[in-house]
Amino acid sequence: MEEAGFLYQAFVFLAAAVVGVSIAKHVGLGSVLGYLIAGMIIGPFALGLVGHDVDDIMHFAEFGVVMMLFLIGLELQPKKLWNMRMPILGLGGLQVLITTLLLMLLSLAFEMHWKMALAIGMILALSSTAIVLQTLSEKDLLRTDAGKSAFAVLLFQDMAVIPMLTLLPLLATLPVETSVSVGHTELEAWQQAALVFAVISGIILIGRYLIRPLFNWIARTGLREIFIATSLLLVLSITIAMEKIGLSPALGAFLAGVVLAESEYRHELEVGLVTFKSLLLGLFFITVGASINFEILMQSPWVILLLMTTLIVIKLIVLMLLAKQFKMSLIENFVFSFALAQGGEFAFVLFIFAVQNGVLTEEIVSLLTVVVALSMALTPVLLIICQKIIVPKLSFGKERREFDNVDDGDTPVIVAGYGRFGQIVSRILRSQGFDTTLLEYDAVQIDLVKKFGTKAYYGDVTNEEVLRVAGADVAKMIVIAVGNQEKSLKVIELCRKHFPHLKIYSRAKGRREAYEQKKAGADFVMRETLGSAVILGREALMGLGYRKYQAHRTATAFYHYDSQHLEDLAEVWGDKQYVLKAAERAEMLEEVLKADQRGSKVMRQAWNTPVSYEEEEGGESVTESNKDDKQAPDNKGSEESS
Amino acid sequence: MTTRVLLNLVHPIFEKSWANQAMLEAIQDLSYVHVNDLYEEYPDFFIDIQREQKLLLDHSLIIFQHPFYWYSSPSLLKEWQDLVLAEGFAYGEGGYQLAGRYWLNAITAGAAKESYTPHGFNHFSTTELLRPFEQTADFCGMKFVEPFVMYEAETISHRAVEKEAQRYRDYIESLAHSLDLFSDINEEEAS
Repeated sequence: MEEAGFLYQAFVFLAAAVVGVSIAKHVGLGSVLGYLIAGMIIGPFALGLVGHDVDDIMHFAEFGVVMMLFLIGLELQPKKLWNMRMPILGLGGLQVLITTLLLMLLSLAFEMHWKMALAIGMILALSSTAIVLQTLSEKDLLRTDAGKSAFAVLLFQDMAVIPMLTLLPLLATLPVETSVSVGHTELEAWQQAALVFAVISGIILIGRYLIRPLFNWIARTGLREIFIATSLLLVLSITIAMEKIGLSPALGAFLAGVVLAESEYRHELEVGLVTFKSLLLGLFFITVGASINFEILMQSPWVILLLMTTLIVIKLIVLMLLAKQFKMSLIENFVFSFALAQGGEFAFVLFIFAVQNGVLTEEIVSLLTVVVALSMALTPVLLIICQKIIVPKLSFGKERREFDNVDDGDTPVIVAGYGRFGQIVSRILRSQGFDTTLLEYDAVQIDLVKKFGTKAYYGDVTNEEVLRVAGADVAKMIVIAVGNQEKSLKVIELCRKHFPHLKIYSRAKGRREAYEQKKAGADFVMRETLGSAVILGREALMGLGYRKYQAHRTATAFYHYDSQHLEDLAEVWGDKQYVLKAAERAEMLEEVLKADQRGSKVMRQAWNTPVSYEEEEGGESVTESNKDDKQAPDNKGSEESS
Repeated sequence: MTTRVLLNLVHPIFEKSWANQAMLEAIQDLSYVHVNDLYEEYPDFFIDIQREQKLLLDHSLIIFQHPFYWYSSPSLLKEWQDLVLAEGFAYGEGGYQLAGRYWLNAITAGAAKESYTPHGFNHFSTTELLRPFEQTADFCGMKFVEPFVMYEAETISHRAVEKEAQRYRDYIESLAHSLDLFSDINEEEAS
């Protein structure tokens, strides 16, 4: 089977990805874990659907990691990167240094040569850029303090690979026939340095001055696929160039991304590459899963488990102490530390390199490779544990001081979630003199609104104590403006249970979420997109030439009937008849809009036609005189005014 | 159907109108009055025409309680007339469905009664100024009854307002009885 063609292989990988990831996603494990497990299953040690050529595929799939960093670079303007210099150098530098030392000391305890110990320490100090970034972005944590710090550390580690590659051959203790090296290590150190400098400057200069006209020229062909091909070619060229001089291609790609972050083709590049990136990254995760050597694991399971646990624990401790030193909040600290407590994909490359250069023995490397791969596979699990078990524990009970002390607790309205949505609600309420207590769980957002003079408090609204401190006992109302259904439901349930007097006004994503929130006990639920979509619809009608009033009426009619239908259908939500009834209602709504009384027919102006009730009924003489009055209104009016 | 009187309350700032609150208060316990607060029902002026028409059909005496803005009513009542008193319902072919019902304007005016005379600064009497309503009712075959007017609604004492409100209640009660609003109910009950 292993010799089977490319199509067969593609089939196996794609099928594994589709099945593995869709199942993992549905049970809430995240895509990374899905890929990893799928990889383990199709790998040579389980089903054996893919053979030992997994390493080659992995090397190819690493291109996905390169692309990911290119795309991250695109999002990061040079200025922002410059602002991150402290966490990158400080946090990242210290992490690599201290972890290396600790792991080295530990290895020395096993009576290893110090050179070997140092090599192991260095290699294992690295974390997995691919797994961490993918998992964090999937959980929407990249923008948080923890996410940013983790990214900074990963960035430093990528840079640290360069000196490591230079250093490793010097640590050789074992005899090797021929010294193998990546790149041009046979060059003198200064030549090497000059080359690195030249290539990096080249990337920056080309990115600055050549890429734009190039993309401009390509874009004018109007051929999308050529544009995408150019984007791929760009990343590929960087990868090859970096590999040639023995640098991390991911780092080079990241740099190129940053250089291009301000170009107008940024979004085109992103859109063009993102699919390739995701697929390749997925493939990469599968190969990581497939490369876990279960034979070695089975031979000495306890040793490996012990080594892995030790690795994770040491990394965790170092990370947590550093995070504390860098004044991260406890929750951010946990997320940050759990995210980075694993070995990285660079370790695979470096291990092989170390063996070739006679630094480490084949035996140690094969053992440690399994340890690293397992620790990588465990990362998504660790993060789930951290988020589902540890963080909630922290939020409850004694760690309450972690949250800001809310000092204006006696306010009539609590606004949970101070993003764009909560801001608008709160501004309207404040304009009418209502005080609002704002709770937000995103430190970045809090800092942002602080610049505009608004004080939002850091706190997890799904925590009963936080709500109480915010004044839920005395408040009249809570506005739940968090854009997360799970959280919203939790808050609604909490309020219904502990603060039954609170009126609950909440934001829902769509119909389904709205029904769920209603059922949970919200007094008023607003679908977050309804209002803006109705207004856009109204403006679109105007754009099509409708007079504004008619457009307004049609949109308003839609709003009213649709809201009414939501109310009505809430009762049958979940029943079999729901779909039927919903379709019925949708049809009805369209009918109503078509036949809007005001717009559909020109009003016949009754008072201009001399037929009134009396005449219809046979007429009375009185109406005759009335009629005369009506026919000369202008005269009468002018008489009066004169 | 137990209510025979429909009170369409039309006031954009009801919460600040002592007079209108007192009037509503005074008739609160009249079980045969159904209060329909138009500004509360249709804050965006999007009037539910079917609902309004059904309410009209279900009642015999229709009261429009409103301040006398610009010698007329707040704008929502005008929108209400334009939409609810539609062709095929209030007039025209298949219309005149409100025929025989009673129309009452109950207004609060800021100025004194003397101002609504030829020599007062408002020149015309409220009866004259309410002619458009009278003619509208008449056109639809409805019977326009003597309007209720509370003058100087913003300046008289609370006590005087309450007295006026009581007069409002008495007027509605007397109308309810003299107009024989309950006759068809009795018929229904008899049959």
